[in-house]
Amino acid sequence: MLELTRRREASKAMLWLTPVFAVILTIVAGGLLFALLGKDPVEAVRLIFVQPFLDPFSRTELLVKGTPLVLIAIGLSLGFRAGVWNIGAEGQFIMGALVGGAVALAFYEIPGVWLLPLMCFAGMAGGAAWAMIPAILRIRFNANEILVSLMLVYVAELLLSALVSGPLRDPDGFNFPESRMFHDSATLPILISGSRAHIGAAVALGAVIAAYVLLERHLFGFRIKLFGQAPRAARFAGFSEAGLVAACLGLGGALAGLAGVFEASGPVGQLVPALPQGYGFTAIIVAFLGRLNPLGVLLAGAVMALTYIGGETAQISMNLPAAAINVFQGMLLFFLLGIDVLVNYRLRWRRAA
Amino acid sequence: MTFWRKALGAAAGAALAALGVAAQAQEPLKIGFVYVGPTGDFGWTHEHDLARQAVEKHFGDKVETTFVENVAEGPDAERVIRQMAQSGQKLIFTTSFGFMNPTLKVAKQFPDVKFEHATGFKRDVNVSTYSARFYEGRHVIGLIAGKMTKSNVIGYIASFPIPEVVRGINSAYLAAKSVNPNVQFRVVWVNTWFDPGKEADAAKALIEQGADVIMQHTDSAAPITIAEEKGVLAFGQASDMTKFGPKAHLTAIMDNWAPYYIARTQAVLDGTWESKDTWDGIAPGMVAFAPYNPALPKEVVALAEYARLGISLGKIHPFTGPINKQDGTPWLAAGETAPDGDLLGMNFYVEGIEGVLPK
Amino acid sequence: MDLSALDPVKLALSLIIAATPLLFAALGELITEKSGVLNLGVEGMMIVGAIGGFATGLNTGSLALGVAAAAAAGMALAALFALMTQYLMSNQVATGLALTLFGLGVAALAGQDYAGKTLDVGGKLDIPGLTDLPVIGPLLFGHDALVYLSLLMAVAVWRFLTRSRAGLVLRAVGENHDAAHAIGYPVRLVRVGAILFGGAMAGIGGAYLALVQTPLWVEGMTAGRGWIALAIVVFAAWRPWRALLGAYLFGGVTIVQLNLQALGVAIQSQYLSMAPYLVTIIVLAIISADRARARLDAPACLGRPFHAAS
Repeated sequence: MLELTRRREASKAMLWLTPVFAVILTIVAGGLLFALLGKDPVEAVRLIFVQPFLDPFSRTELLVKGTPLVLIAIGLSLGFRAGVWNIGAEGQFIMGALVGGAVALAFYEIPGVWLLPLMCFAGMAGGAAWAMIPAILRIRFNANEILVSLMLVYVAELLLSALVSGPLRDPDGFNFPESRMFHDSATLPILISGSRAHIGAAVALGAVIAAYVLLERHLFGFRIKLFGQAPRAARFAGFSEAGLVAACLGLGGALAGLAGVFEASGPVGQLVPALPQGYGFTAIIVAFLGRLNPLGVLLAGAVMALTYIGGETAQISMNLPAAAINVFQGMLLFFLLGIDVLVNYRLRWRRAA
Repeated sequence: MTFWRKALGAAAGAALAALGVAAQAQEPLKIGFVYVGPTGDFGWTHEHDLARQAVEKHFGDKVETTFVENVAEGPDAERVIRQMAQSGQKLIFTTSFGFMNPTLKVAKQFPDVKFEHATGFKRDVNVSTYSARFYEGRHVIGLIAGKMTKSNVIGYIASFPIPEVVRGINSAYLAAKSVNPNVQFRVVWVNTWFDPGKEADAAKALIEQGADVIMQHTDSAAPITIAEEKGVLAFGQASDMTKFGPKAHLTAIMDNWAPYYIARTQAVLDGTWESKDTWDGIAPGMVAFAPYNPALPKEVVALAEYARLGISLGKIHPFTGPINKQDGTPWLAAGETAPDGDLLGMNFYVEGIEGVLPK
Repeated sequence: MDLSALDPVKLALSLIIAATPLLFAALGELITEKSGVLNLGVEGMMIVGAIGGFATGLNTGSLALGVAAAAAAGMALAALFALMTQYLMSNQVATGLALTLFGLGVAALAGQDYAGKTLDVGGKLDIPGLTDLPVIGPLLFGHDALVYLSLLMAVAVWRFLTRSRAGLVLRAVGENHDAAHAIGYPVRLVRVGAILFGGAMAGIGGAYLALVQTPLWVEGMTAGRGWIALAIVVFAAWRPWRALLGAYLFGGVTIVQLNLQALGVAIQSQYLSMAPYLVTIIVLAIISADRARARLDAPACLGRPFHAAS
């Protein structure tokens, strides 16, 4: 029978090969699915994986879609490495957008270059504060942060819905549950003119580099890794677990909150109930696809964004049902997550004893 | 100001139309549709997609349509609309209120593409808006409900307290009250357009509180199936929902977008398209009705048909004074009909409706 | 306003209906989590159960077959999760999220031909004489078969966890998989079993929504109920009785809110809807604070991967 045995150390070759295998398997399985639906499989796969790179606008949209994913996933991956399981980034994203957006609305029509930095700061504070709730509950009461942070996502969603149908509602908007459009001073500068790719993309890239440096060169990064791999040794070395939990959740929350402000003041330009599109959850997948490595996260975020943009292109050009795209994405994720096993494990054939 | 905007709009429209005609000689007109739900929702999106199919059938080889379903009303909408414009669609229908700002943003970047946004209130030289006077339909079903209720309690499942929904409640209430002075309305806000489970629960709650006729302003057919199960009456929303409750379903207000979509497509083909705001009702057929339930008494059908004809001929206006607001302040004097401006921004209940309108 | 117009019996009846899909899914997830596995794909498993149950119910006219098919559909998706997390060592959180995405897509594709159809599979218990008794008649004897099944399952899960040897093994595996493995318990097999049970129960919960509560099929009809089921498990502190209470509380908030509105009481529904989640967080903090008690309830190995060193 087939058996998995642990490798002594992670296989370098497999590190690079497994994503390639996964994509090939997805193309085969997805192609079969598209063929079953009566669509041209080669064309569908081409539209999803290749077309977004050929079209200049889609290229910039990869940045728009990838920015929040990478930004959030970077923050999460630091925590995941330390064994701090923040899965409520969606809620921290919403709170960031909400607090940052409230600042934009409070200074409505007041111009000034100080406004955007203030909004970003407020958004980061909002996200971090929301993440502090699970942090404090874990430190003080030993409550499982996976569950607390998840519960807080629902609370944040409801709060957003309540506020945009109440105090933050557009006074000239006929009672529709959404805020005013942010004015120019509260709107993010665009990186590539004529597109929606905003300054947030550069910030996300900066976060990737910062996280890399932090992990490889800084004592804090060492602590994170130590806590993740050998919590007892870390405690023995005198590192504070409470401090680490608070730092990881706080950082994750701040980055998620920043992504939320970027989303509200960039592509959307206002607060709407539909602002959270599951970036916080998708970023968890991105973090693991990127193997919790900053550069890996960047790549994984790009691949994830690609399937979204390509999936929409395939819908427009071939009238593929949206559900087929979901299934295709699901397959890609399963293959990527599943085949990763070969990095740390060897597949061996053994006769049944 | 308005004059100049119009004149400029017309000039730009004509110039663009000329371009459109030139392009159309070689290839079919490409038309895109952006849907907020799945085409199989048997409600809002389903009807838009039927109209899309009607456009294809009507124009044959002269047009080519495409659509994207399940587009969320957030950051993704702008990209989808833009990708549509970029992939050569010359006429794009964006069929949900939340697509308003994204549509306007994309429209600015694609001056040679015509946009049609459903239910919004912002326009541009290449963005038209259109909506249906569903309140005219609500008047007709309000009459039926007032006649058919035995408990004198009518349950209303409402989505969000926006003017569109408030208008529907007021219109239906006034109509029901006019044929049944003892009628009472019970309104439940579910804060969603689509959650079959919650809509079903809301229907049950209303029935438990004595309602024997259910109206809904949400998208799924769940309230109809519940009404059928509990032996009360109901009206379909957006589509003919008879098969979900053959006994309960009295009729449905149907969104019939096909005539409008065909007319607008024709306008683009002819080069006569220009930006405008369309708010059509029963008369041009944008608001239609599902067949009456055969069990409806003849006199009730007659009453409904009389109102339907009256409205389509312009003899009846669902909001004709004297009408007071809920707090007793006068709104319309005797014989006065509501100006469209009041209707578009309606944020109050009319006198007689109990309960507080959520703000 | 006249609150006496709220008939408690009728309120309880509709509350039970709203709570039943949550109860099924929560009981299933409870067992999964007790074995040390966190499956966030409940929403995905529920919706494939909904379409599986609806399609079968429509084609056969049988409630029982519909429920069986729903359980099988939920289990099939759960099997995928088990394969990924138990054999291929993928991360449970990420895999669960992917499972939800995949399940929603699969269900929508499978359900394309079933949108807009209705069915009546009945299944309501009606014992002449008993069901007509005032108050206790409808409360005790007026439900559909699945409501009784859900209550039966709550009892069964409780007995299984506290009174059976297999339940003891399951808890041991969730508590400390290394120790359990050392004693010779088949950790992986136990977890696969628990995951499959969770899938079957989520599937049945979805089927209840499509076959009884609404009854119809539409894309995305679970509308977040799988996530609520996850919250209920935490609220319940992994105890079946509290899961029962939690399901009725979470389901009840919606029902009470809708009924109050139907009575004419104005409420900001969002704030009310937040309440159960906030209560859950508080409950979690309280039970976790007492470390000795927390150990009795919360599975210590929740979410941690296991690979037997050989």
